[in-house]
Amino acid sequence: MSRNLLLGVEAIGQGAIDGGISGVYAYPGTPSTEITEYIQINPEAVRRNIHRQWSSNEKTAYEAALGMSYAGKRALVCMKHVGLNVAADPFMNSCVTGVHGGLVLAVADDPSMHSSQNEQDSRFFGKFGMVPVLEPSDQQEAYDMVYEGFELSEKLQLPVILRITTRLAHSRSGVVNRPVKPENNLKLPGNPKQFLLLPAFARKYYQGLLGKQSEMLQLSEKAVWNRYLDNPDKSLGIICCGIAYNYLMENYVGQECPYPVVKVSQYPMPEAMIKKLETSCDEILVLEEGFPLVEEQLSDYFGKGKKILGRLSGALPRAGELNPDHVARALGREVKSSFQVPGVVANRPPALCQGCGHQDVYYALNVAIEEIGRGRVFSDIGCYTLGALQPYNSIDTCVDMGASVTMAKGAADAGLIPSFAVIGDSTFTHSGITGLIDCVNENTNVTVIILDNEAVAMTGGQESSAKGKIEDICAGVGVEPQHIRLVVPLKKNHDEMVRVISEEMNHPGVSVIIARRPCIQKIARDKREKAREKEA
Amino acid sequence: MKIDIILAGVGGQGILSIAAIVGAAAIEKGLYLKQAETHGMSQRGGAVVSNLRIADYPVSSDLIPLGGADVILSVEPMESLRYLPYLTKNGWLVTNSTTFENIPDYPDFTEIEKEINKLPHAVLLDADKIAKELGNPRGSNMVMLGAASPFLHFSDQEMEKAIENIFRRKGQDVVDLNINAYKAGRAVSDKLIKVD
Repeated sequence: MSRNLLLGVEAIGQGAIDGGISGVYAYPGTPSTEITEYIQINPEAVRRNIHRQWSSNEKTAYEAALGMSYAGKRALVCMKHVGLNVAADPFMNSCVTGVHGGLVLAVADDPSMHSSQNEQDSRFFGKFGMVPVLEPSDQQEAYDMVYEGFELSEKLQLPVILRITTRLAHSRSGVVNRPVKPENNLKLPGNPKQFLLLPAFARKYYQGLLGKQSEMLQLSEKAVWNRYLDNPDKSLGIICCGIAYNYLMENYVGQECPYPVVKVSQYPMPEAMIKKLETSCDEILVLEEGFPLVEEQLSDYFGKGKKILGRLSGALPRAGELNPDHVARALGREVKSSFQVPGVVANRPPALCQGCGHQDVYYALNVAIEEIGRGRVFSDIGCYTLGALQPYNSIDTCVDMGASVTMAKGAADAGLIPSFAVIGDSTFTHSGITGLIDCVNENTNVTVIILDNEAVAMTGGQESSAKGKIEDICAGVGVEPQHIRLVVPLKKNHDEMVRVISEEMNHPGVSVIIARRPCIQKIARDKREKAREKEA
Repeated sequence: MKIDIILAGVGGQGILSIAAIVGAAAIEKGLYLKQAETHGMSQRGGAVVSNLRIADYPVSSDLIPLGGADVILSVEPMESLRYLPYLTKNGWLVTNSTTFENIPDYPDFTEIEKEINKLPHAVLLDADKIAKELGNPRGSNMVMLGAASPFLHFSDQEMEKAIENIFRRKGQDVVDLNINAYKAGRAVSDKLIKVD
């Protein structure tokens, strides 16, 4: 059997193609982006013409995937953890409608916040929606779980969550592919009212969802990915969720782990295995990546039961990514380093690229707002968030996709005038437009600067759904045409940019300044891709 | 048998091209491997690291434990020091001496050199200069791979074949340029090890 060297995200893409999807829907977000990118250029996906275009945001992606499922076909929908907040509405309701064609939601969490605003744990969404969660421990399992996940979804008629974290997403290992399954035929749902959540129907379907819980539990007990490994030393029993299993095994290379282990990779948790572990062992150690979901569930509020160790008990750090060393310490094993990091090593945070247009906007903005003082620039998620750092120090906030526009509005409503929003082109079409409508409806005194580099730059230069449309969108939602200004962020245009920003700052209503210059990384990437196509 | 390698550099320096070649050599030999990469925000000129783990048994963790790396291979000298707690007692640090200075408080190079020279097993070479002299200014990563190769447990033939596999679609000229760069790096280390 030949093994392909695949990143975890690529294994998911391949598993979905081989598992018979007719479409992938997604908005880019680290560490989930490359699932969709892999499918976009995969020859089999291209041959079958699997739907593989980016969506405007995670909510539109999820809803489109649900529509494909309605039509009887299999769909994969991908996002990062915070993207699922955006898609939470369709996700939660799709748990009540259920699905028709198989629907797998691949969601990538980012513990330690390598590229994120928080480290929320998407397994909670599985509990919240009461649907199965699959959590692979390695790349092969990631492949297998997607490959089989669509059948699980169709069997239960529920969406299935595949939850991974950054480490598995961006680590490569050998993966063995399985035979390609045919796509489903176009077919309407057997119950024509399945997707009609009028309260009278919704109450009925919700009972149906509650009724499926015992079947879900039975499936977890039998799942090949959940295992009970019996070992002689019963002083401790260990529950390993997802990738944590590998960190445990790393501590016993070439030997057996002395303690009984329950490997959990499919939720709801396999109750019988966990009860057996509790009966057999003196204490329980829970190793889980993310929040202490399992540990909290097993912990006895009044402290009368067996001791449960984990992130809450202090056996493991409460926050951040797990690693073999944290697990070693939790097991009471020594962790040794022969060398220390010398004091001479300086931090090297990420920075805007040399020649990036965002720099020119920030230098102009800093000059324009000198007279009004600091604390008025609300910004957003993207490369330009680096404008918070030296040497720019230009922006004051970064909270969630689109919050620049609406926070600037709220601050202006409170009397902080003028207020600025600084938002990227793709973030604007993701979640900025609705906020702009709010501003227009009240003629709020805000200046919205749209940094238009014609790409979703931070995640690797994907096509922006805003490309070529921003002026029309702004005019269409009612921004006065004379207050939609276009500048080209270049050093030589510095004075002009300062003048335009000052003028619009002094306009007592909604202004939009579009600073348009293509991302230099995107230009280079497009060139490389063209060269690659030529070679092929 | 196992080899744990920390690959270090700055986002954009292309450390993953080195990982791809070592990975290809490992797969060709039927070995198991896991390779954790840095994607996302740090790729914008920040510190990046890749954990490359190769063994003749299935590798468990994607991350190398503290004190477990056999080799730190860095394409930037300050970055080579950032991961020292991961180096095993008898491990080798192999680093390029050409600095990448994109931060205001970048230290004085002599301070970095002093720290590198304190280590029991270190190879410091100017890969950029060597690559330029070979007429292949973009080949410094291959020079670095060559310099690290005595510690990676692959034969020259195995490595050169992997280089060929990775660069073949760019033409034989590109393959030859990169193999030459690899050999030049290897020669530097061979000489050093002999002196040792």
